[in-house]
Amino acid sequence: MSEDTQDRPGRISARPVPHPGRWVAVAVIAVLLAMMVSSFVTNPRWDFPFALRVMNFNPVLRGLMFGTIIGTIGSMVIGVVVGVVIGIMRLSTNPVLRGVSFVYTWFFRAIPRYVLLTILGTGLGYLYSTFDIGAPFGKQIAHALGLSSDLTFLTLDVNQFSSTLAMGVIGLGLSEAAYMAEIARSGIQSVDVGQREAAQALGMSSGKTMRRVVLPQAMRVIIPPTGNETIAMVKDTSLLIALPVNTELFYQVSVIGSRTLKIMPTYVAATAWYLIVCSVLMVGQSFLEKRFGRGFGVTSSSGPGAFKARMLALRGGGGGL
Amino acid sequence: MANETTQPLVHAVNVTKAFHGNEVLKGIDMDVRKGEVVCLLGPSGSGKTTFLRCINQLETIDGGRIWVDGDLMGFDDRGGTLHHLTDKQVAAQRRDIGMVFQRFNLFPHMTALQNVMEAPIQVKGGRKSQVKERALELLGSVGLADKCTAYPAQLSGGQQQRVAIARALAMEPKLMLFDEPTSALDPELVGEVLRVMRDLAKGGMTMIVVTHEMGFARDVADRVVFMDGGVVVEQGPPSEVIDNPEHQRTRTFLSRMRQEEQH
Ligand SMILES: Nc1ncnc2c1ncn2[C@@H]1O[C@H](COP(=O)(O)OP(=O)(O)OP(=O)(O)O)[C@@H](O)[C@H]1O
Ligand SMILES: [Mg+2]
Repeated sequence: MSEDTQDRPGRISARPVPHPGRWVAVAVIAVLLAMMVSSFVTNPRWDFPFALRVMNFNPVLRGLMFGTIIGTIGSMVIGVVVGVVIGIMRLSTNPVLRGVSFVYTWFFRAIPRYVLLTILGTGLGYLYSTFDIGAPFGKQIAHALGLSSDLTFLTLDVNQFSSTLAMGVIGLGLSEAAYMAEIARSGIQSVDVGQREAAQALGMSSGKTMRRVVLPQAMRVIIPPTGNETIAMVKDTSLLIALPVNTELFYQVSVIGSRTLKIMPTYVAATAWYLIVCSVLMVGQSFLEKRFGRGFGVTSSSGPGAFKARMLALRGGGGGL
Repeated sequence: MANETTQPLVHAVNVTKAFHGNEVLKGIDMDVRKGEVVCLLGPSGSGKTTFLRCINQLETIDGGRIWVDGDLMGFDDRGGTLHHLTDKQVAAQRRDIGMVFQRFNLFPHMTALQNVMEAPIQVKGGRKSQVKERALELLGSVGLADKCTAYPAQLSGGQQQRVAIARALAMEPKLMLFDEPTSALDPELVGEVLRVMRDLAKGGMTMIVVTHEMGFARDVADRVVFMDGGVVVEQGPPSEVIDNPEHQRTRTFLSRMRQEEQH
């Protein structure tokens, strides 16, 4: 059995390819970094201890909590839900739904968010001071029939509502939906038509086919760009001041900056918070991507070993049922 | 043999279908009795797949009529005027017809067991425990009792196709349609799928099978239908159509098939 192993090549221990360029780059970066740190330390205007204190000021934390975090979550929830609906409408066989979806996307993609929020904050209240929920043309009908009620169930004071976080979330969410619609549409279209046909052949309705078969597979394509959109939304919550909503991170630090005249440290505080929130989101995104990759990325011919190992790990090592 | 007075399970009359003015089915007549196994043969592009897809309404027909178990497929005949059925009604008609695709089309985000359980739960509203019991039974009957927790990507082509057959059977269909179920498979995996189909035929299932497997057609089919250019050229028992065809077109096709088989 054992052959003469001495003539046969054995374990490889080879010298690595030299990379002198890397060392040059390290040196340049080290010098730049040293300059930066030295300026941080020597220039008192940076005032990092103050920046750290600003980060923990109550109004700043409230701005972070409400404007940034709740604002992002709220507007993304609206954006994703409305966006998926608009995206599905875009692929509908019904030409009216397709048209509505097209016009929606066309309109909201064209309007800058700052402009949209300003309009919602001031312009809308100027046009309609109250917002009535009731039968369409209820007032006119009631007048014509001589009714005492005007068929209105709920009245909203637009001028009070217009500068609330809720209004801002609605504005950002509607704007986001236009982008999410495109993302959802490309995700849905990425699913093989054979999947839809298989579901239909089993007697599933088109709604069930979408919910149970198409969307779960489209998620794999939808999630990475949705992560990017969420991170972009964190930054766009700073536009809420256009309404104006003042429980908002950047506005709050700016107020402190102009009051204390320590402008730069307050900006550092805001920047640090944005970095922290976005880092957390990036971790979450990579987790979601793994989770919705279940059953994918492996074709029937390629080796599923690593994949299987991950699956087993995810389900607590269970083999049988 | 069969009772001539009972109505056929599938009754297709003068079915026509065109894609963008290109007429693919030019008046197909076909009857399939309950429990009968019909193999559809024919050259590429002759309209075999299109005809199967018309039966379960993945395509809408332009002319003719198809009845399955007495139900007119796709339309409601109200005193001579046809009305299109709603999506829900079409879905209901499809429940009783199982279809097996050339490329399996298993749901990749579900395990084999979940694939089989999906439709009975979602479409028929079955109880989970009962559906699961039946699904395990079905997976066992196609020889995959040990692959329940596997995702489709972890299965071989032959195993995937057997799961797909179990998935279709889970709806307890009256009729099974097979569109070249083995032609996407490596040769050594064809046998295991054909074996499952033979068992199914033996169990009395009504089947329409588009296939290039002459051995299967000869052994299992009660009747072979040869299609070419969107028409049925000839049909009859396999001993006649395969071994002693009447028409020149059938003969040409069969001799080409034999040549291919020898390579
Ligand atoms: N969705 C479609 N749109 C346009 N043309 C189509 C469509 N589906 C099928 N055809 C055409 O209809 C004809 C018949 O196709 P069909 O798939 O039914 O043939 P087939 O007999 O199943 O062939 P094969 O043995 O290659 O599977 C072909 O010419 C094909 O190009
Ligand atoms: Mg075909």
